[in-house]
Amino acid sequence: MSGSREAILDTIRKNHVQGERARPNVPLFDQAAPADLNALFQKSLERMGGKMLTPDAVDPMAPVRQAIVKSGPVLSCVPAFEGDMKITPQTKPTDIAPVEYAVLRAAFGVAETGSLCFTEKQLLVNTTGFLPQHLIILLDPSQIVYNLHNAYQRPEWTQAHYAVFQSGPSATADIEGVLVHGAQGVRSLSVLFHPAS
Amino acid sequence: MTAELHEELTDPHADQLDHGAASSRPLKSRISEPQPRGAKIHGNRPVDQSEAANRFMAATEHEAMHDARLWDLRQKRDKEMHGIEEWEELRNLASGIKEHTLSKLDYYLELFEKNATANGIKVHWAKDGAENNAIVLEILRSRGVERLIKSKSMLTEECGFREFMAENNVEVIETDLGERIQQLDDEAPSHVVVPAVHKLRTDVASVFAKTIGSDPDNADAHYLTECQREATRPLILSAQAGMTGGNFVVAETGTFVVCTNEGNADLSANTPPLHIASIGIEKLIPGLDDLAVFIRLLSRSALGSPITQYTSHFRGPRKGSEMHVVLVDNGRSARLGMEKFWPGLKCIRCGACMNTCPVFRRSGGLSYGATYAGPIGLIIDPTFNVHKYRNLPYSSTMNGSCTNVCPVKINIHEQIADWRRTLAGEGEISPVKKVMMKAAGEVLASPVVYRASLPLGRSALRHLPHFMLYNKLNTWGRKRDIPETPKQTFNEWYRKNRKQQDEGKKS
Repeated sequence: MSGSREAILDTIRKNHVQGERARPNVPLFDQAAPADLNALFQKSLERMGGKMLTPDAVDPMAPVRQAIVKSGPVLSCVPAFEGDMKITPQTKPTDIAPVEYAVLRAAFGVAETGSLCFTEKQLLVNTTGFLPQHLIILLDPSQIVYNLHNAYQRPEWTQAHYAVFQSGPSATADIEGVLVHGAQGVRSLSVLFHPAS
Repeated sequence: MTAELHEELTDPHADQLDHGAASSRPLKSRISEPQPRGAKIHGNRPVDQSEAANRFMAATEHEAMHDARLWDLRQKRDKEMHGIEEWEELRNLASGIKEHTLSKLDYYLELFEKNATANGIKVHWAKDGAENNAIVLEILRSRGVERLIKSKSMLTEECGFREFMAENNVEVIETDLGERIQQLDDEAPSHVVVPAVHKLRTDVASVFAKTIGSDPDNADAHYLTECQREATRPLILSAQAGMTGGNFVVAETGTFVVCTNEGNADLSANTPPLHIASIGIEKLIPGLDDLAVFIRLLSRSALGSPITQYTSHFRGPRKGSEMHVVLVDNGRSARLGMEKFWPGLKCIRCGACMNTCPVFRRSGGLSYGATYAGPIGLIIDPTFNVHKYRNLPYSSTMNGSCTNVCPVKINIHEQIADWRRTLAGEGEISPVKKVMMKAAGEVLASPVVYRASLPLGRSALRHLPHFMLYNKLNTWGRKRDIPETPKQTFNEWYRKNRKQQDEGKKS
């Protein structure tokens, strides 16, 4: 409420007992970055419960087809793969609910944490990242940054309205610390290295 | 309810993983036992934490599981810490960034408001919990919302948000599993990160059997989680609005960030056409460089996991939808002016201080009878109500472990001591403590009386019947035994062994 805005700001101004403190300069902490970021990414992704698919030089989409083992609609948000469903301008967020597998491309990856970044540009409809039962993700290995400091230097953060790091599948351990994948979001998350054309 | 068990749930590979809140080793309750309930609340009367703690400790299976589970999280945190060479530097940076932001909080709040508004977010200001609730209700009513899906937020716990919405006929569905368990059991969260950590699997089975129709005899964690997923999914799809909190608010980009392991915040925010976020004003940080520091520290400190499964950044509404942010004060601007206690505002709600605290691990979060439990609760709760929470600063061994693990370097144990002094100065001290303090004060004030009392005390410790030391007045003695008392005081030993020697040296 408008009166509260002024009241809160006034109280803050009156209560600055700490004096002005300097803003620290945050380094990138990337001096020790390994040459092979792909290997580090894979290790971190697996630690977070994700899976890496083995690339196929002859038939690049074969690993995706092989990863689809359950019946149910497959939604593709990438030109490289033909699914049963496509996003149209009429698609509503709840229309994604019946999807078994969604095939997406990540904007970039983070080796430190095995994270994949998606914005509305890759998701098309934001719920494609969360309502399907399983995700299969294409990641261009040249788009892997070393750590989170490097990740926040990327342009996506000031271009997109929505951006998310997904690091493995949905997980919970709220009952006696037992790890369960697929608490609310996706039950599994697989990644295939696939250069963007 | 028969839940469809998916093969991912029984993936043997998953047993070797310990990301998220998972235990690093199998911990399983062996027996079922009635769940001890939290502190008894009597209006504004001081909460008796030790009474509730006694009942928790009497439930031995609950106490043992709780202790083991949280200590395991603390050990996972240590392992992560050792994997990051710059850990201490990150803690220093996090502390410095928070102190800088708090010292210019008015500037950063206005900067966030300007940038978020430019991106299409509607920003509201609430001076307290009641005003937050009223603002949110007004938004919901004007759009005919009857069902709201929500991710976990400690701020809404502060505001009594769920109770208020229930009175106003808005159905609120918590989507974090732990928080949903607590909602269905009509109980507050006991921990800021793992809200149902005080419950055994059998407790959850009994709550779900009563509320969502699961099999009362099946207490398997996979089965129970799956039942909850199946019961919640239709509610997510039919809700007209979604609500989240915010872990961090980035002023320079007008972004707010939400961290979850279940993806429930993303579902709550992205499925319905309306997203409301209520966020405390202390969550501000300047820019994205700063955000990196906190994302690296948060989940590692909380759960010993490198990052939360989902780290979600909201900077504006998606096409055809609305986004609102309510900036909530609720006592924070006043706390900013408290010379000794303002650093408590640096807290990022990771819960590391709870996991490491021997009192918290053995007494359970609900024994504190307040929104915030554990060490951070001891120094925050009295700022909300000094009389009601006057006993809490005594629920500490003062071992300082909370301060050592805090990712933003809050001097928690020093603030606990400062609260004890402040409360005594304000006359907020229980009658029992008053009598004991007076006696101790008289003895400590005179060196002669003090020295004379020591051999007496030593002999008393050795010869007094156990019930004299371990009685109701001495809450410290519960679940502890005193170390064996030495045969002589230090002064006696010194006179006998060293005094002549030392005096010889001087001459």
